[in-house]
Parts: sequence; C-alpha cells; structure tokens
Amino acid sequence: MLAWTIYVSFLAAAVLLLLPENSARLARMIALIAATAGLLIVLETLATHHSGELISVAHIPWIPSLGITYHLASDGISMVLLLLTGIVAVAGILFSWNVEHRTREFFALYLALIGGVYGVFLSFDLFLLFVFYEIAIIPKYFLIAIWGSTRKEYGAMKLALYSFVGSAMVLIGIVAAYVVAGSRTTSLEELARFPFPVHFQMWAFPLVFVGFAILAGLWPFHTWAPTGHVAAPTGASMLLAGVVMKLGAYGCLRVAMMLFPLGMDPWGFHILFLNSWRDVFALLAVIGIVYGAMVALVQEDFKFVIGYSSVSHMGFVLLGLMTLNRIGLDGAILQMFSHGVIGGLLFAVVGRMVYDRTHTRDLAALEKLHLSKVIPFAAVTFVIASMASIGLPGFSGFVAELQILIGAWRAFPTAALLAGIGLAVGFAYTWRVMQKAFFGSSALAGDSALAGDSVLAAPAVHTPPPPITLPERVGAILLLGASLAVGLYPQMLLNLIIPALNSPLFEGLRKASWQ
Amino acid sequence: MNGMLHLWLIALFPLAGFAINGMIGRRMPRAAVSAIALLATFVPLALVTNIALHFSQLTLPYVEKFATPWIQTSAFHAEFAFSLDQLTLIMLGVVTGVGFLIHVYSVSYMADEDGYWRFFAYLNLFMFFMSVLVLAENFLLMFVGWEGVGLASYLLIGFYYTRKSAADAGKKAFIVNRIGDFGFLLAMFLLVAHFRSLSFASVFSQISSHPEWQGGFLTAIALFLVLGAAGKSAQIPLYVWLPDAMEGPTPVSALIHEATMVTAGIYMIVRVHMIFDRSPLALSVVAIIGAATALFAATIGVVQTDIKRVLAYSTVSQLGYMFLGCGVAAYSATIFHLVTHAFFKGLLFLAAGSVIHALGGEQDLRQMGGLRRATPITFWTMTAGVFAIAGFFPFAGFFSKDAILHEAFRSPNGGFLLWFIGIFTAFLTSFYMFRLWYLAFFGRSRAVAHTSSQAHAHAPHESSWVMLAPLVILALLSVVGGWMGWPEALRGSDWFGHFLAPALNNAAPSLNSAQGEGASGFILSQRVVVETSPHLERVLSGLAVLIAALGWFAADTFYRRSPELPIRLATAFSGPRSILVNKYWIDEIYHAVIVRPLLLTSRFVLGGAVEGAVVQGSGRAFSGAANGLGAVLRRIQSGNIRSYAGWLAFGAAAMLLLSYFGFGTGTVSNWGTHFKIW
Repeated sequence: MLAWTIYVSFLAAAVLLLLPENSARLARMIALIAATAGLLIVLETLATHHSGELISVAHIPWIPSLGITYHLASDGISMVLLLLTGIVAVAGILFSWNVEHRTREFFALYLALIGGVYGVFLSFDLFLLFVFYEIAIIPKYFLIAIWGSTRKEYGAMKLALYSFVGSAMVLIGIVAAYVVAGSRTTSLEELARFPFPVHFQMWAFPLVFVGFAILAGLWPFHTWAPTGHVAAPTGASMLLAGVVMKLGAYGCLRVAMMLFPLGMDPWGFHILFLNSWRDVFALLAVIGIVYGAMVALVQEDFKFVIGYSSVSHMGFVLLGLMTLNRIGLDGAILQMFSHGVIGGLLFAVVGRMVYDRTHTRDLAALEKLHLSKVIPFAAVTFVIASMASIGLPGFSGFVAELQILIGAWRAFPTAALLAGIGLAVGFAYTWRVMQKAFFGSSALAGDSALAGDSVLAAPAVHTPPPPITLPERVGAILLLGASLAVGLYPQMLLNLIIPALNSPLFEGLRKASWQ
Repeated sequence: MNGMLHLWLIALFPLAGFAINGMIGRRMPRAAVSAIALLATFVPLALVTNIALHFSQLTLPYVEKFATPWIQTSAFHAEFAFSLDQLTLIMLGVVTGVGFLIHVYSVSYMADEDGYWRFFAYLNLFMFFMSVLVLAENFLLMFVGWEGVGLASYLLIGFYYTRKSAADAGKKAFIVNRIGDFGFLLAMFLLVAHFRSLSFASVFSQISSHPEWQGGFLTAIALFLVLGAAGKSAQIPLYVWLPDAMEGPTPVSALIHEATMVTAGIYMIVRVHMIFDRSPLALSVVAIIGAATALFAATIGVVQTDIKRVLAYSTVSQLGYMFLGCGVAAYSATIFHLVTHAFFKGLLFLAAGSVIHALGGEQDLRQMGGLRRATPITFWTMTAGVFAIAGFFPFAGFFSKDAILHEAFRSPNGGFLLWFIGIFTAFLTSFYMFRLWYLAFFGRSRAVAHTSSQAHAHAPHESSWVMLAPLVILALLSVVGGWMGWPEALRGSDWFGHFLAPALNNAAPSLNSAQGEGASGFILSQRVVVETSPHLERVLSGLAVLIAALGWFAADTFYRRSPELPIRLATAFSGPRSILVNKYWIDEIYHAVIVRPLLLTSRFVLGGAVEGAVVQGSGRAFSGAANGLGAVLRRIQSGNIRSYAGWLAFGAAAMLLLSYFGFGTGTVSNWGTHFKIW
C-alpha cells in the first residue's frame, strides 16, 4: 500500500502533463487530491503499523546480474519522514493555490519531486535510493528557475550544482561499498550486515556523509540553502525546507552512519581538539547552528532570515546524529519532522501570505505596513510558528531540541553550550523579524501607509491586500496542528523512532559507538 | 477526599478562557469577554478555596497523573503530573486570589482600550501557565509553565505594540529571560544525567537516600538553577528587563511583574531546596546575589521619577530580600515574604494605576501632588501599602521582612554584614516609598504648570468601584496578612511557619557538614548558627521599625517640610546622583559589551566577510570545478572513435591492474574473484 504514495504522485504528475492548456483549476484539484491521497495512505499504514517495525512493501529483482532489487520498505524512521512528506506536500499545494503561470507544469513538477522524496524514504536498496534521490533533484531546478523570484536562475543553478556535487560524492561512496562488499547486492539490509573494513569506512563515511549533508545544509556547504530558498516559489521553498533538506539528513543516517559506523571511530591522533570524523561533523554542526542564527540576525530580506534559520535548525539535526546516543538520535529524527512542518510554515507565511500580497520582502519596507493590522491571520500564524521555532514547550521543536541537547550534553558538553548560545541568538532574530515584519515601529506609525499616502518609497499596498484565503488557513492549521500534536504527545513519533533505532539494521552503529 | 481534587481544572479553566476569548472574542461584546475571563479565574479560585477548606483531610503530597506519559525516551521520561502540598497551596492561593482581583480591576482599567478581548485572552493564558508552573510535579512541566509565563508576559508587555518602547521592552524581557531559561535547561541536562529522572519526587528521594552527596554536581545543578531564577525573578545580573517591562498596562505590571511571575524563581528554589541544602556554595551565591540586588535596586529607586519605575525597582529590591532569605535557608520566611509582598505590592501597583488613571495617563511623580483629596480611597489604600512595605508594626511587611532579616542574622550562611545590608535597604525602602507617597498625594498639584498636555484636560477624579474594590481587599490583606506569621518571640504562634513546615521537611541544611566545598571564602561570618534569644529577636524587630521610621522622617524632611532640600542636595552631589539616575549605566554597559559586539560580528564578520567569502568562494569553486570537469570531459567526448577505443583499452588495463594488485592494502583481497561477475 505504501508504495502507492510514489505511484500516485508520479501518475498524477503524468496526468497533469496530459491536461489541456488553461486547466489551472483542474490541475490544482488533481494535485491536491494526489497529495492528500499520499498523506492518507501514510496515515492508513500508521494506523495498523504504529510500533515502528520494518514493513516490506515491494521486493522484486530489478537487475539481478548486479544484485539490484526494487525493494521498498519502511521502518519507523521512514514512517516519520513519510508522514512529514505527506503533510508538507498537502500544505505546499494549498499555499500554491494562486500559481497561475503554467499551473499544470508547476504541479506536475511538484508532484514528481514529491514522488521522488517518497521514493527515497521508502528505498531499502542503495541503488534504488540513489535513483530516487536524483529524481528529486531535477524538478527542484525547474521549479525554481521557472517560477522563482529574486535571482532565480542563480539560485536554481547553485542548488543544482551543490546537489550534483553531493550526489557525485555519494555515488563514489556507494559504488565503492558495493564493490568492497563483494558486488553481490545493493540491499541496504545486507550491506548493513557486511563488515566493511575499518579503513575503508574511514574514508567512505566522510565522503558519503558530506555528500548527503550538503543537502542538509551542513556548514560550510550550506550556501545553496538561503539563496535557493529565497529564489524558490512558496510551494517549492516549503518543500526545500520541509522535506528536501531532510533527504540529506536521512541519507546521512540511513547510508553513511548505518553502513559505515566505524568511520566515526577515533583516528588515533588529534588535530587540534578533533579526534574523529564524528568530532569534525559535530563541530561543523555547531558552527552551523550559531553561524546560521547570527547571520539571520542581520538579514534585511524577510525570506533570507528564514533561510538562515533553516541552516541553524538543521545544524541541530546533524548535531543530534553525531551524538551517537539514543536520546540524541531520537531528537535528531524528531527535529527533522519538527523543522519540516515549522520551517515549511514560516516559508509559507513569508512567501504566500506576505510577499504575494505586498510584493516586498524588505523588512524596512514591511515595517511601514503594519501587517498585523492588515492581515492579522498572517501575523498570528507567524507569531505562533515563531514560538514553535524557538522551542516553546508544547510544540514539537522543544521536545526535539531538548533531546538533542541532552544527547549532546553527554557526548560533547561544550558543543551543547555553544548550541545553547545559538538558541539564544535564535530567539533574538526571530523576535526581530517578527517585530519588523508585522508590528512596525512607532516612528512610522499609523495606518497612513494603508491609506495610500507617504509610501512612495516603498512598493506598498495601495489598496488593502486580498484577505487570507481558505486554502491558506487550512494549510496553516494543518502544519501548526502537526507541530502542536507532536509537542504535546511526542510519543506518537517516538514510538516509531525508538524501535527503529533498536532494529538489527542499526546494530553496527550501536556496537560501534552506542553509549 | 483524595483522588477527586481535579487539580487539572485549575489549569483548564484559564486555558478555556484564553481559547474562547482568543478565537471569538473579537466578535463578542465586551461584557461577554469580561464575563468569560472572570469566570475562568474565579472557578480556579473557588477550587483552591475548597481544597484549602478540606486541607486537613488530605494525605500529602497528593499527586495527579494523566493517563499517558508525556515524553518517554531511553534517557528519562516525563509525565503530565500535578502535585499538591502546603507550598503549592499557598502559591495557588496567591496566584488565583491576586489574579482574580487583578482581573476584576482590569475590567474597568482597560475599558476604553482597543483589543480588550486580546488583553483578557493573554491574561487568562498567563493564569494557565502560572498554574502549570506551580502545580507541576516535574522539572520539565515546570519549565513549560516557566516558558509560558514568559511568553504571556511578552505578549502583555507588547500589548501596546505600536509603541516602540513597549516593543523593545517586550524584546528585552524575553531575551534576558531566555538567558535565564538556558540555565534552567542546563540544570535539567545535569539532572537527567545524574538522576535519570526529572520528577521532583524521584530526584528528592534519591538525594535523601544518598547523604554522602554534597556539593559537586549538586552545586552545578543549583548554580544553573540560580541563573534561571535570577532571570525570572529579576536579580543581578539579569534584572534589567523588569523596570522596562513597566511599559505594559498597569494591571499587567501588578499581576505579572510584581505579584506572581517574578516570584516564580523564588518558588522554584524553595521547591527544590533539597538540592540547595546540599550546596553551601550555591546558597551563599544566592544570599549574596539577593543582598546585593536588594541594595542596588533600592538605591536606584530613590531617584526614579516615574511612579511605576519606583515600584519596579522596589520589586527588584524586595525580590532581593527573598533571594537573601533562600540563601540563608529561611525558606518558610521567604515564602511568607512572597505572600505578603504579593498583597502589598499588588496593592501599591493597582493604587498607582488608579493614580495614573485619575491623571489621565500621567506617570511622572514630578507632575503629581495633592491627590490626597481628589482620590481619598486610593490615598488610604496606598497608605496601607506604603506602611506595609516600609515594615511598620503591625503591617504585613513587618513580619515577613523581619523574619528574613532575623534568619539572615543568625544563619551560618548569613551574618552581620548581610543583615546590615538588609536593614540599610529597609531604610532606603522606607525612604523612597514615603517619597512617592509625599510626591503623589501631598502638597499642591504640580500638574497645573503643564496644561499644554491634553492628558490633563480634566480634573483628577477617583476611580470606579470596580477598580477600588480590589484595592480595598488588598489593603486589608496588607494590614492583617502578616498576622498569620506572628512570631513566637512576640507572643504569636507563627501559624504560617508551622503550616508550611511539612512541605519543607528535612529543612535542616547540612551546612556544617560540607566544609570541603570551598564555600568559606564566600561566607561572611563563622559557620555556626548564632543562637538568638527571643529577647534579641525582639530587639532586632524594634530596630527594624526604628529604621523604617527614620526613613519616613527623612522623606518627610525632604519632601514635605523643606522641599528645596532635594534640589540643593542634587546639585551638591550631582556626580553620585547621575550614577543613580543613569542606573549605574548597566543597560549601556550590557549594550556595549554584549549587544553591539553580537550585532557587529553578525553583520560585518559573518554576514559580510565570511558569508560573502563562503558564498562567493564556494560557489566559484563549485562552478569552477564543474567547468573544469566539463572541459576535461569535453576533450574525452571527442567524437573520435579511435580515442574512445584508446580510453576503453586504458580503462580495461587499469581495471586489470587493480584486480591484480588489489584496491588497497588487504582490504579487498578478493577483488579479483568478484570482479569476474562483471
């Protein structure tokens, strides 16, 4: 059943391309139905398989001579990310409801991307995973290059280049692993059992980890993220932040860490205070957390703030992965979900609710518009999403970051302290952008901006902007509801994650460095 | 009785009030909004009263768990659990009681404001989080309330969010609190690491079963908690947000920034006092912070001219007393002072609000004067508050402040110096409170000179009874509220101390047993309990009243009998005065040392240089690599069959060589055999 998430997406994408021109409404409906169907399929599976056990979905020999099988399966970690994909996909379509330019192509590419993402999370064959991973990259390029805004070709090209460089690294790593393991199989389950020699893992691990982590926004390979997010149309930036960055983090865990756990063992010598690849990546993750937050603090473009905040929040995921203790890993996976829904929502508010109405993302210009009075729903949504983003208890981010920090505290106390500084700065930039974008300042007070006078400098709203539409409301409530539900009852996801991490798949990782 | 207390209802009602007013309040008439908000706070008050009436029949501590655990991980698990003991009951009484009165007051005070529904929704939200904070049975749930009250406070300070100063104050409050919260978080990490639990019961039972645990990691936990408490309870070095928080509406200042939220840090320390009892160092830090803050804030309060800021610094100072009380392990006295302070400071604030209301928004003491006749009820209630805070017998503040000072005098963690700072602060307190009293209510109105301001278009008038009724109730409590802790030395029974004692069980701190802590450097006197006789206690009490009277006398001299004296003094001591007026330049120092470097680093170093270099550099590197690769590949892709054949041969030869020699050293010895599969 789960496999249909992939098929439905690709089928719908194909159907959309066959539609006649000028069938925008139909295209939207088809896209929404396909994405909702995907979400429902995931939910239906969750209803029967909520203990995080491995569910094999399809297992068909594909290229038997190379040992490649079409093996789709799902464990608890996959389930969490499939759920995230379903939620963000539906919300992204709701927030793309106003796309009028080449609508059917837009949604076709959108669904192709979603299909690829589902495919990655469901693949239990290394080669298949890589194929889906590549499928997911291509639509991203077109979505940004055609429907994007600010420097869209640059953003799209940069994103594609970084992705391909990452893919190349991953490809080298997995081909080498295939060969070293005896060229018999590409099955993840079998490779996970194969005892790769330590010094092979020592170079394969960093290669594959970095290859995937580029997409997860690992500092200093993060720079595609802000530019790509900013250039992307709303729906695509939601997918980028919501699920595509998770592809990278998922690959880090599922391939690099699961197959090459010994690559994180100590080198036996020190470079400064670094003693292993694990230290190196934990350091880079912490730098990403603090750096992303500090750079976000001084951005003048609303969307860049959210873009850099994504780098900071994804730093928590990578830090959680590198703790290599259960609580840190639990937190990292939970954080993937949490940042997916909250980051997606923040981009939706910026791109759809604000930018599409005001045609500016310049904070100085927005400050004069007093948007909290003009579009109060957007202001309230953004405030709540911000609170969720800075880790207010009750939302998913708190539970996730708390666990990561507890894990990090055990593994690298200094890193936990530095990440805490990132949290404090995170608060400052969130607060600043919230205040500037929605609540304006007194010096330029008054509703005069709306009356139409004295706003010649700013590309301002001369007539009141259109009210928030129903699809936007539904999308916002869907994402906020997901974050709140997980924040109040994280067990819902932890019950999937914990058994998955205890499964035989991760035995190598547990043996190597479990604490 | 046990098992059907339904503590969760105490939290649920304000939450429901918030939800209803927040969602549909905009479309409801004001009367309906206030009815919902009042009901949402009255029901918890009634529930708490009911519990108090049946309190003797309860087996304590009573714990209420919800069906499913909240977070269950390999490292710890946390439940949605509430607990009730004597300490909780007292805090609940203060929160719901004072909270309800302030809701009533707000109905009238906020009557003409825009966003009435929003204000009450936030106020109810605050009550919800405060109840959670007080009722929580574990650190994590307490932290939920802890963060939540901060959020509600921010929303309420920013209530006038079109005003930039209010917005900035909201920001400051939240960020400074965030620093404190990080301390709380770190403490929780340590707790999880050492106790594998965040439940109070579990942590405390582990501590009591390990008497050998002294100092060490417990000191670390305690110090991180102190950081959290200092943020929430506005102590040095994190007090700077509270005076600015006065930008919020006056009832908010009264409820959150005076009576309830700011005491959360004190409550937390008392709640987890078992950890502090094992760490004399942490206790000393608390005592020193408290005494220093009490004195420091009081000196600033002496020269403030904004009526709300005088009270704000006074609050910081009084919270300093409570910290001092915690630091000398006088938990019962501390909670006692917390309660009486909620009465008289809530009163003073609401009375100040009534004054501001009467003057149409004027907050500057220099523009007031002569209000005694125009607003008699406000005057008399305010008088009760002033006498209470100054510590006159038999007003409430006398008993509680005296209890703390007495403990500070005799405790091994206290000593003469801490006591002396306390008593000197009491003098300053009395002085600045009577200064406020004289400036606002006596003499002639000085507002006349400023008729240009449209705010004074109408004559000062007394507030409505909806506002005055809470004042009168709080005034009564400020007079008689202290009697419940009438000390035994003064022929009382100290009902309060005896009531609270079971919740503070094994309160005997092991101060003497932990010499190795290195704390003695901090301690200002010898480490033994100074045995005080009831006689000495009476002498100290008498001295305290004398000091208060001295403060009154000084204020009387300065502001009634010879009003020219303050001006002469101000010119004579302009240097020291400007230090005080500028609040020791602490805000400016913080700005220069923390805020500016952070922004500059972010903007120029990271935002400009590094990000520029990384973005451009790595972008160029990548595109350069791609171009270079393309160039190489273009050459290979020559279209020349012979060159392809050459490459093919080269590749085959390379693979054969590899298969022969192996891929690395010993890693793939069987490379050759598997190679045949191709």
